[in-house]
Amino acid sequence: MQDPGISVLFKGSNFIRLLEGLSIALRISFLSVVISLLLGFFIGVLISGKNRFLKIVYGIYLNTVRIMPQMVLLFIVFFGSTRVLGINIDAEVSSIIVFAFWGSAEMADLVRGAIKSIPVHQFESAASLGMKKRTIYLKIILPQTLRRLVPSSINLVTRMIKTTSLVMMIGVVEVLKVGQQIIEANRTTSPNIAFWMYGTVFLLYFIACFPISRLSKSLEEKWKLA
Amino acid sequence: MDIQIMKEYLPLYIDALWLTLKIGLLGIVLSLVVGVFTALFRFYKIPVLDKLSGAYIELFRNTPLLVQLFFLYFALPRIGIKMDAATCGVLGLTLLGGAYMAESIRSSLEAIDKIQTDSALALGMNRRQVMTKVVLPQAISISIPSIVANVIFLLKETSVFSAISLMDLMFTAKDLIGLYYKTVEALALLVIFYLIILLPVSFLGDYTERRLSYARSGN
Repeated sequence: MQDPGISVLFKGSNFIRLLEGLSIALRISFLSVVISLLLGFFIGVLISGKNRFLKIVYGIYLNTVRIMPQMVLLFIVFFGSTRVLGINIDAEVSSIIVFAFWGSAEMADLVRGAIKSIPVHQFESAASLGMKKRTIYLKIILPQTLRRLVPSSINLVTRMIKTTSLVMMIGVVEVLKVGQQIIEANRTTSPNIAFWMYGTVFLLYFIACFPISRLSKSLEEKWKLA
Repeated sequence: MDIQIMKEYLPLYIDALWLTLKIGLLGIVLSLVVGVFTALFRFYKIPVLDKLSGAYIELFRNTPLLVQLFFLYFALPRIGIKMDAATCGVLGLTLLGGAYMAESIRSSLEAIDKIQTDSALALGMNRRQVMTKVVLPQAISISIPSIVANVIFLLKETSVFSAISLMDLMFTAKDLIGLYYKTVEALALLVIFYLIILLPVSFLGDYTERRLSYARSGN
């Protein structure tokens, strides 16, 4: 009987290497998520104001990242920057730039939606109670906005983790690429490793994303407005 | 940017566009079919099928398409299931899209107030009539914006097909960059062709959303 191939998964440091690959993918998503949340929040607050010009610029920005596949943006930054700007941005940095650029736009949209969903009478009532503008924002608007924001931004996090898998296409050695390397190294001795390896990578991504999307869903249910 | 070179590349991109569109559209239609069935299984809580559908939805919503495609294309042949790249592409897109469509459709089915079903039953309609004449027509119109959003998402996701050596737009661009090093021209065409695919769908999305909000405020 042929070697089922699953043993290769745990041979030597193979599994550790796979987890290291996963940690690179997660590191890229973590950094992009942090930048997106901060920058997105800032942009979201800005465009909730009255400035028409900012709104138009943001509209173009959001639609650009919504329409262009992330892969195309990755290619533009990774290959295009070298060619046009003459600077060499390494693959990991390119990925973080692209994902943060995309994530900030999406996050800003979520923030804008959350702020808009707070009824005007909340501002007015607070103002008529004699609160200062700053106090209104800090004590009335922000807490409610955050509550509406948390589930949807957690959902954005899982989307970003999933999208990180694309970085292998521009040469970042993350979990899928490590898997490929291990398969190549063992191709002759145990060809069936491909099945177990890709199955494992599939499960690893699931294990990374499932708890987060569950959390988002349960918070959404819990905080649903009566 | 050299227009002449872009003209030379054009036929390659047009071929790739057809491939992307063919696989994309087929995958989207099939994912709607899968989505409707999965949503109905969940909505009616049909034993066994309900649980299976739930597991399927979670599994495919929480993993990237690229990893799913690798599994279909490189892993399955090892246990005797061989498919060509195009079939894998369609199947991968269908499985991913089905999971997303199912959630859109189910949430719009649930958005129809239960009182409508009860009233229709009280008027003597049978279960099937209630579904086809009362619940589905409303649910479909509610779900259209999120279905269009899913369509855009799925069309964008086709950009990973190049990983299983399908000669799509991404593959063509990468190939040309590697072969001739005309990076700017290849990338510009790539952007233009994705705009050709995605802009109309995006406008359609805005349009349907506006129409639907008119319908809502009309109530």
